[in-house]
This record gives sequence, structure tokens and C-alpha cells, in this order.
Amino acid sequence: MMDTKLNGPLPAKPSRWPFYFFLIGLFAIVLISAIYIGANPLTFIQNSDNMVDLFVRMFPPAWSYIATTTPAMLETIRMALLGTTIGMVFSIPIMFLCARNIFRLRWLVELSRIGLNVLRTIPDLLLAAIFAAILGFSPLAGIVALSIFSIGIIAKLSFEAIENIDNGPLESMTAVGANKLQWIAFGVVPQILPHFVSYVLYTFEINIRAAAILGLVGAGGIGVFYDRALGFFAYDQVLALILYTLVVVIIIDLISLKIREKLL
Amino acid sequence: MIELNDVSKVYSNGVKGLEDVNLKINKGEFVSIVGLSGAGKSTLLRSINRLIDISSGDIKIDEKSITSASEKQLRMIRRDIGMIFQSFNLVKRSSVLRNVLSGRVAYNNTLRTLLNLFPQKDVDLALKALERVNILDKAYTRSSELSGGQQQRVSIARTLAQEAKIILADEPTASLDPVTTKQVMDDLKKINTEDDVTVIINLHFVDLAKEYSTRIIGLQAGKVVFDGTPEEATSEVFEEIYGRSLKEDELLGEENL
Repeated sequence: MMDTKLNGPLPAKPSRWPFYFFLIGLFAIVLISAIYIGANPLTFIQNSDNMVDLFVRMFPPAWSYIATTTPAMLETIRMALLGTTIGMVFSIPIMFLCARNIFRLRWLVELSRIGLNVLRTIPDLLLAAIFAAILGFSPLAGIVALSIFSIGIIAKLSFEAIENIDNGPLESMTAVGANKLQWIAFGVVPQILPHFVSYVLYTFEINIRAAAILGLVGAGGIGVFYDRALGFFAYDQVLALILYTLVVVIIIDLISLKIREKLL
Repeated sequence: MIELNDVSKVYSNGVKGLEDVNLKINKGEFVSIVGLSGAGKSTLLRSINRLIDISSGDIKIDEKSITSASEKQLRMIRRDIGMIFQSFNLVKRSSVLRNVLSGRVAYNNTLRTLLNLFPQKDVDLALKALERVNILDKAYTRSSELSGGQQQRVSIARTLAQEAKIILADEPTASLDPVTTKQVMDDLKKINTEDDVTVIINLHFVDLAKEYSTRIIGLQAGKVVFDGTPEEATSEVFEEIYGRSLKEDELLGEENL
């Protein structure tokens, strides 16, 4: 066997304590948050009667409601489709403007990022409520809200993908005398295209779920029926809607996942 | 003709890349640049097509200053200078043909190139370029499926399609095996003699430099310490450039070729 005795001194082993402190700190923050909010696990037990009552009233689900709500479900899917597509188109210039390796003008990049972050901080439901107030209670409000919401997701994920691309092809495009647009089209686009398409599909998945509840604030789609059923305490209808939405979401997620697997 | 007049480059971290470099390189020369890592070989090469901006001095390509060229003039000068890199720098997801055609973008209007509508004569030129480096059969293959040597030949084809008058090659064989190295060097030599294209190449192996070039330039700490023919570049000269005697790994070795 090899002689494993070292000739020189061993470098000092890095301390594990910072990591333990971090864990303890994190636990403390969670605990303090729970105390301030008054989250008491006992509430579940104390209110178990309500829960049982709700479940009882949910069964059997009102299957006939599915036929009634199918046009609204289709409208939800269309809203998500349009919202994602419009969002995709607008996110293209924004994602290039936000990437440090594309535009060297620091102020331009930082300004674009601030703009994108502002977009991203507005919750989708708030966007829908605002546009429902502006454009009227219609699917259009939902589409606009979803478009803006989509820009936030697609542009954010894509500009990070752009910043991680291989610099080599960019250098060779500079060397052949390409202008900025050609440089992007030949050096950047082929490298990010699969990622970009994957992010668009992922956003579509999120938008289906988001579109399903936008109706709660009057922005069209299946959410309008959720609002109605909940308002009438028709829990059997609510359950039918939940199951219906679940099936649609699962099917679309599966299709999208399959396509994304093929791409990457 | 390429002229470097009092060219210096100081990087923002204070490192001197080049110091008072004066060179004249005539059309049709095959120039090898040798020196230790960090001697300024890459800096010199990248200054010529302004991938790196120099700190002082002037560089002229065929009487036109690239140092003071406007954006548009710069693109037109770069159009005539092909570049080959150690890491090939192809877009691996794109087809071989598209990579070669990317050498034609500066000849066409932007919209056409964005829509991938290259004129037929450009496509013909790209295919002919691939034939000249013996990989025409790979035209529609994805570049990532090619071996290192084949990828490097694609980038040579790109410079051919570009109808470059000058080829800058930055350690083009450093990631290739000895046999492929020879093929790539032969391709470059062939283009140099048949098309009268000026080749400036950074080389790690001094015996390759002696075998292929018509002129060898030795760099040491950003300064030109040798400039002469391969015959003049004796072992003593290389020892001076490298500051010590040559090591085994600085020779490719004839028996490998």
C-alpha cells in the first residue's frame, strides 16, 4: 500500500459553523414569522367540522356543470394562448436589451432590467383587476394581463440564458464584419432558441393556471364560473370545476413537457 | 499590406499586452508568431482586426487605418479578414453550411441575411469552400456532430467563403491531434499559395512554424524580439524567445507527422 504520510502541514479545514449559523437563523426567521401571523396548527383541528361539512357538500360533483362551462374553459385556453403569444413577441426585444453580453451600454441594460423588474413585481391578479377596470369585464382584460405577466417570465428567463451562451461564435461574427442584427441572428439566436421555446411553453403552462382564476376579478374565462359557484355555495359545482381544470392543466402540462424534452 | 506603427496595448489591469510593436506584413506572406503564453501573441492577432482596441499607435490594412475606422468602415475592413480560433467558435447547433454562410453576412443586406435568403452565388461559394477543405459531404450536418479537425476545416471554409484577403489564425491546431494538425496546416498553406492570401498564425509548436511559414516573428513580454526567415530561426533564437531551451512539448515532433 502507498505510504500516505504527508510531508508538509495540511491547510486549515474550512469551518462548518457559518453554515450551521445560517440554518439556525433561517429556522428562527420561519418560527418568528409563524408567531407574528398567528399560524396555529390547532386551528385545523378546531375547525375540522367545517372542513368535513365542506367535503360532504362537494360530493357528488355536479358533472353536468362541465358541459355548461366548456365554452368558458375553451375561452380560458384561448386567453392563455393569446397572452403567451403576445408576451413572447414583446419579450424578444426586452430580453436582448437586458443581457449584458449583447449591449455594452451599461445604462441601457440597467434601465431595461429595472423596467422588467417593475413588470414582474405586479401580481397577475392585480394586473387583471386593473385592466378589467380599464377595458371592461371581458376576456380582453385577461389577455392583456397575461401578456404583461408573460413578458416578465419569458424575458427574465431568456436574458439569463443569453448571458450564459458561448462567447466564441459571437467573437467570430464580430470578426466577419457582421452588424449588430446579423451578429444576434447568427451568433446568439441559434444558441438560445431551444431555451426560448422551452420558456414560452413553460409560461403557457403557468398562464393556463393563471387564466383559470383571472375570472375571479372579472377578467373572463372559467374563473367567472368559479366566482359564481362559490357565491351560491354550490360546492358540488366547485368540485366539478376543480376536477375539470385539473384535467385540462395536466393534459397541457404533459404535452408541453414532451415538447420541451424534445427541444433540449 | 498590414502595417503596425508603434502599437502598444495596456490592459485595464495594467498588464502590458504589446509594447512599441512595428511590423510590415506583405501580401502573400505566411507569418508565424511564436512566444510563451502571455507574450502577447493573441493580443497582436486580435489587434489586427480590432477585436481588441489598442492603447496607442496605428494599424493600417491596405493603407486604411483600422484604428480610426468608423463602425461601418470597420465592418468593411473586417469582411476582408478571416479569423480562425483555437476553439473553432462555430455555432454548434447550426448546420455546417449556415456556419460557412455566416462569413457572407457583411456582403449582403441585413434583412436578407436575417431571413436566411442568401443569393445563390453565395451558397455556391460556400459549397465550393467546403469542397476545397474536403468536407462537402457534411454541408447539411449539425456542426456539433463533427470532430475537432472537421470543425476547424469548417472555420477555414468560412474564411474562404468570406473571400478573405488576410487570414488570422489564433492557435488553430492547439486542440487537435498531430495528424489533424497537419491537415489543417496544409489547408492553410494551400490557401496561402493558391489564392495569395496572407496568413498570420499564432503557433505553440516551433517546428510547425519552421516547416510552414515564410517568416517567423518572436514575441517576448509584448515586444518583438525576433523577425526573420525560418532558416534564420535557429534553436538558439528560440531559446532566446522562450528564455530557456526548448522543451519536448514545444515540438510536435517529425515522427508524429
